[in-house]
Amino acid sequence: MAGNTTKVLFAPILANNPISVQILGVCSALAVTTKLDTAVVMSLAVTLVTAFSSMSVSLIRKWIPPQVRIIIQLVVIASLVIVTDQILKAFVFDISRQLSVFVGLIITNCIVMGRAEAFAMQNGPIASFVDGIGNGAGYSLVLLAVAFVRELLGSGRLFGFQLLPLVTEGGWYVPNGLMVLSPAAFFIIGLLVWAHRTWKPELREKD
Amino acid sequence: MQYGKRYTILFSAAVCGVFAVLVTGSAVLLKDRQEENLRLDRIKNVLAVAGLTKPGQKLERAETLALFAKNIEPRLVDLKTGDFVADGTDPATYDQRAATSDADRSFAAPENRAGLVRLPKLAIVYLIKDGAGYGGLLLPIEGKGLWSTLYGYLALEQDLNTIRGITYYQHGETPGLGGEVENPRWKAGFHGKKLFGPDGQVAFFVKKGLAGDDPHAVDGISGATITSRGVTYMIDFWMGDHGYGPFLNKFKAGGGGQPGE
Repeated sequence: MAGNTTKVLFAPILANNPISVQILGVCSALAVTTKLDTAVVMSLAVTLVTAFSSMSVSLIRKWIPPQVRIIIQLVVIASLVIVTDQILKAFVFDISRQLSVFVGLIITNCIVMGRAEAFAMQNGPIASFVDGIGNGAGYSLVLLAVAFVRELLGSGRLFGFQLLPLVTEGGWYVPNGLMVLSPAAFFIIGLLVWAHRTWKPELREKD
Repeated sequence: MQYGKRYTILFSAAVCGVFAVLVTGSAVLLKDRQEENLRLDRIKNVLAVAGLTKPGQKLERAETLALFAKNIEPRLVDLKTGDFVADGTDPATYDQRAATSDADRSFAAPENRAGLVRLPKLAIVYLIKDGAGYGGLLLPIEGKGLWSTLYGYLALEQDLNTIRGITYYQHGETPGLGGEVENPRWKAGFHGKKLFGPDGQVAFFVKKGLAGDDPHAVDGISGATITSRGVTYMIDFWMGDHGYGPFLNKFKAGGGGQPGE
């Protein structure tokens, strides 16, 4: 079981990454990655919601009637997302304002429901919790990588700290305006997927 | 496994019930803290645009509140007549944006270029205290940009003509383009500019390109023509006859009254 738990935890980070392999949860990866601090909070929020929703669904999985299982999963996920949103508004107000609607949109993040349906319905609560953490970590890894590139090239900053002095502030760096727009995240994720599949050729689909 | 209809309905209802309690509980428990955050955020914006805090300066909650209480006095004004209103509404808790979207507390806006549909009957103004008198005014402004409505404050010096500062605390413009309304260097350009022309009408505008020595203009934001125009239109509207114009005229004529009266 110990080896199995490790596999459940680490497989989604690289071998089966939800974004770069399964191409899930891309919409929020576009929206919240202009800055690292919003990406960090979003990563934590998605990881915790995935872990706790998978655990809750797993706890009641034996009693869920199959014909309403998706709705039950959504009730669980939506409730946890609302609670998360309330907590963010109460404790990290500035960041919650930057994340705005995207916290609410975690409900529609395919990773959360995908794990509830694909894993938590068949496995025990602890394994489901670990699976949620693992998938959240895989999502976070990509989110942080994208945010790192976008914040550095788009505004010359990391975590809001000015590393490359901008021309408009009297420095030398001309910020890349494309990086702060959503298409940039598409390009970066595309490059990540390409790099990932070049490194692990077994991920490529057969023609 | 086959489940009956009765079981399915009862099970679903039970799950909904449990999670409803969870959601309600968190909303009720955290409400006070969230409202306090909103209020504090508004106060911080007011202090920043009044020039009482430096950009990027971090203040503890108590310091912020003390600085606000010492230097700022919120008052309510009837937007149409321009008179101070004391009908028991507490300016400290008055939410102008909620009032604007409440049919009973707002009225249809006259045709305008700022994209405003309704205006609040009561508008909030912040008097910047200076000894026994007042040293300036701070007025909330809002209007359409390219994608979104921009919400902010315009601060005026004692002569009610010179701009002391501007800030936008909420908008959804493109980061790096229209979002540059948050750029401290751009905002600094407003300082010392004059609102009104010799004819008494609003003459201030955001110029496309560099404003140079023009006392009534600031530099445009490159790549954000529509957002820049939105800023011009909303200042034109709010400082004009349908905005705070009547209030500014009465305030000027009456010497502005004394804070705390």
